[in-house]
Amino acid sequence: MADVTVGIVVFPGSNCDHDTEYAVASFPGVKPVMLWHNDHDLKGCDAIMLPGGFSYGDYLRCGSIARFSPIMREVIEFARKGRPVLGICNGFQVLVESGLLEGALIRNTGKKFICRQATIKVVNNTTIFTDAYRKDEVLRVPVAHGEGNYYASPETIENLEAHDQVVFRYVDDEGNATEAANFNGSMGNIAGIVNRQGNVLGLMPHPERASEKSLGSEDGRRLFESLFRHVTGV
Amino acid sequence: MAYKAKIRVTLRPSILDVQGKAAQHALENLGYTTVESVRIGKYMEVNIGENTAEEAGRVCTEICQKLLSNPVMEDFTFELEPLN
Repeated sequence: MADVTVGIVVFPGSNCDHDTEYAVASFPGVKPVMLWHNDHDLKGCDAIMLPGGFSYGDYLRCGSIARFSPIMREVIEFARKGRPVLGICNGFQVLVESGLLEGALIRNTGKKFICRQATIKVVNNTTIFTDAYRKDEVLRVPVAHGEGNYYASPETIENLEAHDQVVFRYVDDEGNATEAANFNGSMGNIAGIVNRQGNVLGLMPHPERASEKSLGSEDGRRLFESLFRHVTGV
Repeated sequence: MAYKAKIRVTLRPSILDVQGKAAQHALENLGYTTVESVRIGKYMEVNIGENTAEEAGRVCTEICQKLLSNPVMEDFTFELEPLN
């Protein structure tokens, strides 16, 4: 099997870039490549990941400045060609700011930064990022964000739902998308969405922090597994 | 010639402003019971080196749409002031 290379974009203020690198490198035949935000070169990578953190100190709005980093021109072009792009946490915020995904991520309704294990459900297991999961499977994946409250116009939400673009929802232990389980106030309990073409996924929870048993959960692992399987065509 | 753009960016009315709500509660605690609501936005001053108010306004609208505000969740308004 040819090596898969995964580009991880490093913005000033990214802080999950090495966690993501670590998770990616744990898959045989998959090589992470760090990509500096100021470059214009995706180095021939097969998939791109925008990691979590606080790019540009969250100045102006989360992700708003990173969205105009030089490398984003290539990332947007790559995504428009249908190649896979994954945005985790701050990476999700960058994706909505760039217009690759719809909606916005605003302050959590409880005002607080929330760092905890979250319970999410795989609503759509037919994407290239989730087909190693069962439909409606409940996962434990950590979150750590102050602005993870997914917001979009009612028409946008309706469209996302109609096209199965909601991939993950916050749920209780039984898998019900209750208001109590929706700790950050997201519309429709939305924790992650995919674009219409299905090649760009953004989610607030951190699959890379749930990628092996010693981290308390390995439920995030199959997200990477799904993606790498698709990239290699296996 | 240049213009100073005084830009206000506010959260769309449909969006709950949790910061504003917290400030409102604090004001209530201070005894300002007539304060009915607080919404917090951003104020920016941007100097634009254009020769006419039309051009400066065009640039200002563009930068507000592109970067300074996010149309999904925010509205913006601005005033231009000529600089000498």
